[in-house]
Amino acid sequence: MSTTTAPETHAGHAEAHHELGFIRTYIFSTDHKMIARQFLFTSLLFLLVGGTLASMVRWQLGFPGQPMPLGGGLPDTMAPGGIILPEFYNSLVTMHATFMVFFALMPLQAGVFGNLLIPLQIGAEDMAFPRINMVSFWILPVAGIIMLASFFVEGGAAGAGWTSYAPLSASGEWTGVYMGQILWLTSLAVLGFSSILGALNYVTTVINMRAPGMTWFRIPLATWSLFVTAWLLLLAIPILTGGAILLLFDQTIGTAFFRPEGSGEPLLWQHIFWFFGHPEVYILILPAMGFTSEVIACRSRKPIFGYHSMVIAMVAIGFLGWIVWGHHMFQSGMNPLLGMTFMATTVVIAVPSAIKTFNWMGTLWRGNIHFDTPLLHAIAFVSLFIIGGLSGIFMAVAPVDIYIHDTYFIVAHLHYVLVGGSLFGIFAGITFWYPKMFGRMMNEGLGKVHFVLSFIFYNMAFFPMHNLGVQGMMRRIYDPNQYEYLQGLQPTNTFISISVFLFAATQVIFAFNFLWSLRAGKEAGRNPWKSNTLLWATPSPPPHGNFPEMPIVNRGPYEYSHPDAEEDFWPQDAPPATSGSGGQPAASPTPEPVPGD
Amino acid sequence: MSNAAVATMDRKPMPGMKVYNKKLGMWVFLLSEVMFFTSLIGSYIILRFAHPDHWTDPGVVLNVPLTALNTFFLICSSVTMVKAFAAIQEGDQKGLKNWLLATILIGATFVGIQGIEYAALSAEGFVPALDAYHAVGRGNPHEGPSLGGPLYGATFYAMTGFHGAHVSIGVLCLIFVYIQALRGVYTVADFEGVEIIGLYWHFVDLVWILLFTIVYLI
Repeated sequence: MSTTTAPETHAGHAEAHHELGFIRTYIFSTDHKMIARQFLFTSLLFLLVGGTLASMVRWQLGFPGQPMPLGGGLPDTMAPGGIILPEFYNSLVTMHATFMVFFALMPLQAGVFGNLLIPLQIGAEDMAFPRINMVSFWILPVAGIIMLASFFVEGGAAGAGWTSYAPLSASGEWTGVYMGQILWLTSLAVLGFSSILGALNYVTTVINMRAPGMTWFRIPLATWSLFVTAWLLLLAIPILTGGAILLLFDQTIGTAFFRPEGSGEPLLWQHIFWFFGHPEVYILILPAMGFTSEVIACRSRKPIFGYHSMVIAMVAIGFLGWIVWGHHMFQSGMNPLLGMTFMATTVVIAVPSAIKTFNWMGTLWRGNIHFDTPLLHAIAFVSLFIIGGLSGIFMAVAPVDIYIHDTYFIVAHLHYVLVGGSLFGIFAGITFWYPKMFGRMMNEGLGKVHFVLSFIFYNMAFFPMHNLGVQGMMRRIYDPNQYEYLQGLQPTNTFISISVFLFAATQVIFAFNFLWSLRAGKEAGRNPWKSNTLLWATPSPPPHGNFPEMPIVNRGPYEYSHPDAEEDFWPQDAPPATSGSGGQPAASPTPEPVPGD
Repeated sequence: MSNAAVATMDRKPMPGMKVYNKKLGMWVFLLSEVMFFTSLIGSYIILRFAHPDHWTDPGVVLNVPLTALNTFFLICSSVTMVKAFAAIQEGDQKGLKNWLLATILIGATFVGIQGIEYAALSAEGFVPALDAYHAVGRGNPHEGPSLGGPLYGATFYAMTGFHGAHVSIGVLCLIFVYIQALRGVYTVADFEGVEIIGLYWHFVDLVWILLFTIVYLI
C-alpha cells in the first residue's frame, strides 16, 4: 500500500516556495488562510445584502404603505414611488432569509473559520486538498450572483419563503414568480457543492493531518465544533440538493413530485426540506459554540469547564439533530403519535445544549475575567442563546406550538438563536482571531461601543417579537393592519423597526473598525490574547506553510492559570509537565497530573 | 518556543485513519453521495406508497431484459476496474491501460444503452411530465388504456437519470486516468489515482444494483 501523502518536509517548506504572482496569491489562492479571508470579505458583503433586505422588510412592517426613504430608486415592479408592493415584500422576506442563512451565516462560520482555524489549531501546514478548497470558495460568489440576479428577472426573486414550501414554490401561478424560483433552486444546488467540498476537506484534514501529539481529546473545541459541523454539512446538504432538483423538475419540465394536481406530495417537500433543515440549524450554531468556548476559556484565564462533556455534547447534538425535523411540521398534518415522538427527541436536545451552557458559566465562575470585546460578544452569545433555547422549548412542545406556530414568536426565537447566537458568536470569533488573520488588533474602544449598542438595539428589536407572536401576528404578513385585532400592535412594530434600523446602523462602527484596523490597528504580535492553541505559536499572520517546523503537542488546549507556567498558561506545544527524555529537566518542580492530558 | 529540545516524537502528522488523504476524502465524498441518492430513493418510497396506482407490475412498461443486460455490463465494468487496479499493483502498465480502456468502453456502452432505452420509452409515452404521460405498455404499442401515472415516469427518470449522470462523470474521470496511465504516471509505488476512481466506480455500480432492484424489479 502506498503510505500517507501528508507533507514530509515541514521545515524549509516555506522557503522552498517561490514567490507566487498576484493572481495566485489573492484570487486563485490555495492557501487556507487566504481562502479564509476571501470567505470573510465575501460573506460579510452578503451579510450586508441580507441586512439591507431585512431593513426593507422592517420598513414595510413599521411604516406600512409609506414610501421608503431612498426607495424611489427602485423600479415600479418592486416599489412604485418607494411603496413596497406585496409581491416584492414576499421576495424581500424570502431573500433576506436565504442570504442570511446560506450566504452569510454558513460561510462566515464554516467557510471563514473552518479554513482559518482547522489547519492552524491542529498543526497542519494546510488543508488536505488545497485546490478543492479553492474551488469550494469560488462556488460561493457564483451562487451568490445567480441568487442576486433573480431580483432582476421577470416576476422578481423567489417569494415562497426560504423554506420554499410546495405547491407554492412548485408553480409560478401562485406567486407570480417563475424564473426567480428557478434561479433560487439553481443557486442553492450550486452552493451545495461549495459546502460539500469544504466539508470533505475539513473532515479529511482533522482526521489525517494532526500534528504529533494532537490526540482527539487535545483538539481545541473550535476545531471540534467545525469537525462536527463538517459532518452535518456533508450529510445534510445532499438531501437539500436532491430535493431542490426534484422541485426544479416540477417547475421546468412539468413533473409532479410536489404538485397535488398530479398526485404529488407537497408534504414530501417539507420532509425533505426539514430533514436537511434541522441539521442545518446546528450547522449554523455549532461553530459559534466552539468560538465561544475558546474565547471564554482564554479571557477568563481558566481551563474550559468539562472539556470532555463539551465534546460529547457537540457530538450528541450532531446525532440528535437528525431525528427532530418533524417539530417543524406539527401543524402540517402528522400522526399525533409521530408528533409526540418528535416532541420527545426535540426536548432531549435541550440536555446537551444545557450541558454546554452550564460549562460556559462554570468556566467563567471565579475566573480572572478580562472584559474585552471578544469576551463580551461570547457572553452575549451565551445569554442570548439561553433565551433562544428556552423559547425553542415552547415550540418543541406540540400543544404550545399549535398556538404559536408560524407567528412572530417563531421569528423571535430563530433570531435569538441565529443573530443573538450565531452572529454574536461570529463577532466574538472575528474580534478574537482578527489579529491572527491580519496581524493587527481591532480597536478595543470602538469594539466595545459596537458591542454595547448592538446588544441593546438587538434586544429592543427582537424581544418584543415574542409578544407580537403570542398576540397572534403571523410570521409572514405584508400588512398586519388589515386585521383589526392586529392593529393595536402597530406601535410595537414601529418600535421594532426603529430598533432594527439602529442595530443596522451600529454595524457601521464594526465595518469601520474592521477596515480601519487593517491598516492602522496596533501590531498584534504572535499571541496577543496569551492563548495556548497551536494557532498562536505561529507569526501573525502565519506564513505559507504555517509552522516553521512541525509542532509537537504535549498538552491539552486550555491550560490557563497553571501554577507552574512561566506566564499563566502553557501553550499546547510547551514541553510536558513531567521530566521528558533527552535530559530536559522537569518543567514543573512538583509534577502533577495535567487535566486533559 | 522551547520545544525543540524534547523532541521525542517524530515530527510527522498523526493520521487518524490508516489510509492516505485522497482515499479518505473519496470515502467521505461517497458518504455524501449516499445521502444524495437517499433523498431520491426516499422520495420514491414515499410517493409509491402514497400512490400505488401510478405504478404497474414489473416489466409492463419498462424493458427489464434490456436493462438486465445493461446491469450485467456495469457489473462487468467493475470487474475490469478491479483488474486494472490489480495490474498496476503489480506494476503491469500494459494490463492497467487495457483494463482501464475496457472499463471506459463498457461504461460508455451502459450510458449508450440507457439512452436507447430512454428514447424508446419516451416514444411510447412514458415521460416524466404530468401533462404528457400516456404510457401504453409493452407489447401493446398502439391501443389500450394508459398504464401507470406520471409519478412513475418522474421518479424513474430522476433516479436512473442521476445515476446515468454519475456513470457519465465516471467515464470522463476514467478517460482522464487513462490518459495519465498512457503517460506512465502510475507506478507500483503510486497508483492513488487508479484506486480512487475505482472506489467511485464501484460505488456507482453498487447504487445501480439497488436502483435496478427497486425501479425495475419491484
